[in-house]
Amino acid sequence: MLFHSIFFYFFSIIAIFSALMVITSRSTINSVFFLILDFISIGCLFIMVGAEFLGIIILIVYVGAVAVLFLFVVMMLNVAQQKQSWFIGKKSSHIPFGLVVSVIIFLELLVVLGGWKYKKNIMSSSNLFINENISNTHLIGTVMYTDYILYFQISGIILLLSMIGAIVLTYQKKDNIKKQSYINQISREKITSIELKKVEFEKGVKIDD
Amino acid sequence: MEYLDIFFNEIYKIFFLVVPILVSVALIVWLDRRVWGLVQKRRGPNVVGPFGLFQTLADALKYIFKEIIIPASANKIIFILAPIVTMTLALVAWAVIPFGENLVLSDINIGILYLFAISSLGVYGIIMGGWASNSKYPFLGAIRSAAQMVSYEVSIGIIIINVLLCVGSLNLTDIVLAQKNIWFVIPLFPMFVIFFISALAETNRPPFDLPEAEAELVAGYQTEYSGMMYAMFWLGEYANILLMCAMGSILFLGGWLPPIDVYPFNIIPSPIWIIFKILFLFFLFSIVKAIVPRYRYDQLMRLGWKIFLPFSLLYVVLTASFLFYFDMLPTKEF
Repeated sequence: MLFHSIFFYFFSIIAIFSALMVITSRSTINSVFFLILDFISIGCLFIMVGAEFLGIIILIVYVGAVAVLFLFVVMMLNVAQQKQSWFIGKKSSHIPFGLVVSVIIFLELLVVLGGWKYKKNIMSSSNLFINENISNTHLIGTVMYTDYILYFQISGIILLLSMIGAIVLTYQKKDNIKKQSYINQISREKITSIELKKVEFEKGVKIDD
Repeated sequence: MEYLDIFFNEIYKIFFLVVPILVSVALIVWLDRRVWGLVQKRRGPNVVGPFGLFQTLADALKYIFKEIIIPASANKIIFILAPIVTMTLALVAWAVIPFGENLVLSDINIGILYLFAISSLGVYGIIMGGWASNSKYPFLGAIRSAAQMVSYEVSIGIIIINVLLCVGSLNLTDIVLAQKNIWFVIPLFPMFVIFFISALAETNRPPFDLPEAEAELVAGYQTEYSGMMYAMFWLGEYANILLMCAMGSILFLGGWLPPIDVYPFNIIPSPIWIIFKILFLFFLFSIVKAIVPRYRYDQLMRLGWKIFLPFSLLYVVLTASFLFYFDMLPTKEF
C-alpha cells in the first residue's frame, strides 16, 4: 500500500500543480503544455484506481487529439505575445466573466453531485454489478450498449450535430480560388497535351495563339 | 524490501528489452540504407565492419562528438525536451509487444489501446521540435506532420476495430492466439494494405515524408537540431518504424505463430518468427522508400480522409455483419 499511496500523491500533486500553472503561466504555449501534463496525470490516476480503459481513452482523445488541435491553434494564431495579467500589471477584463462562469459551473456540479448523493436510484442502474473477474472494458461495454443505449445514441447525435454546425460555420464557397482537380490531372493524355509540329527553317512556330 | 526486489527485477527485464531494441535500430538503419542503395544500383554503406554493419555505430559516434547547437531565439526547454519525448515514446511502447506466449514485459488487458495511445502521442515530439526552433522551415514541417499524423491515426484506429471484432479482446496475446487457425491477413487483406500505407504516413516515411521533404523544407522539424539531439530524433523515428512493423505483424501476420503448425516450423522458437515478420514488413517499408515518388500535400489529405476512412468504415460494417450473420462473434461468458 505504501508504494500505491506514494504514486497516488505523486500524480495528484503533479495534476494540481499543472492545473494551477495552466491559468497562471505567462505564455499561452506553456499553458497548453501544462494542460497536456494535467491530462496525462489524470489519466494515470484513472489507471491507478483500476479504470484502465478510461485512463487510456483520456490519453487517446484528450492528449492525442484535442490538445494537439489546441496547440495547433495557439501556435498558428501567435497569441504568445498577449501576456496574461493575473498577479501583476493592470487588471484583465476577462476576470469578472470568468468568475461568473466558474461560479455557475460550481453550483451546477453541487446540484448534480448532491442529488446523486441523496437520491441514488434516480437513473435505473439495476444491471450494474461488479465482478472482479471481468475487465472493466467488458463491463463498460455491457452497460453502455444495453441499459444506456439511448443516452449513448443521443450523445452521438449531439456530437454529429456540432460537427455539422462547425463545418457550416467555417465553410465558405469562393469562386476565385485556383484548385487542382485530380480528375483533370489523371485524365490528361499524351494526345491532348503534346503536339508535334514540323518547324520550317528560319521561320519558327507561333505558340499560344 | 519486497518492493525493492520487484523494482530491481523489473529494471533488469526492461534493460534486456531496451538494449536489443537499440541495437536492432542501429542494424535496421543499415538495412534500410543498404536496400535503398541496391534498388538504385549503388552499393550502400559497405566499408565499416563486415558488409558495413558498423556504419550506424560510426555515425552515432560522430554525432556524440559533435557540438549541440541551440539557436539563440529558440525556446530552450521545449527545444531540448522534443527529441527526448520522441525517443522515450518510441521505446516505452515496446513494453506490451509479446515476443512469445508469456514472453512479454507487461501483459495488460488493453495492450492494443496502449499502443494506439503511445503512437498518437508521437506527434508531440515533432510539434514541440518544430515550434521551439523558432524558424520557418521547422514550423512548416511541424504543422504538416501534425495534420498528417492526426488524419492517419483515425484510419488506423478503425482498422484496429476491424481486428478487435474478430478477436473480442484488447489483449495483444489474445489477438495473436486468435490467429491460430488463420492469420487475419487473409480475411482482412484490404485492411492490411490500408494499415501498411497508414503506417507509412504515421511514421513520416516516404512517399509521405512531407514533414521532412528535403527539396522544400531543408529537413523539416529537424533543421535546427545538431549532434546528439538530431541522433535522438533519428533513433526515435526508426524505433517507431520498427514498432509499427511489430504492430502490423501482431495484428495481421499472426505474431509469434508459425505459418503452419507442423514439425519443422513449430520447433523454431517464437521470438524468431516475430522478428522474421517484423523484418519482412520493414523490408517492404524500405522498398517503398526506394521506388515511390513523394505525394503532394492535398493528395495525402484526400487519400486519408476521402478514401481510407470511408473504406475502412465500410469494412467494419461488413466484418460485423458477416460475423453476426454466421454467428461467429467472439463472446465471453460471464
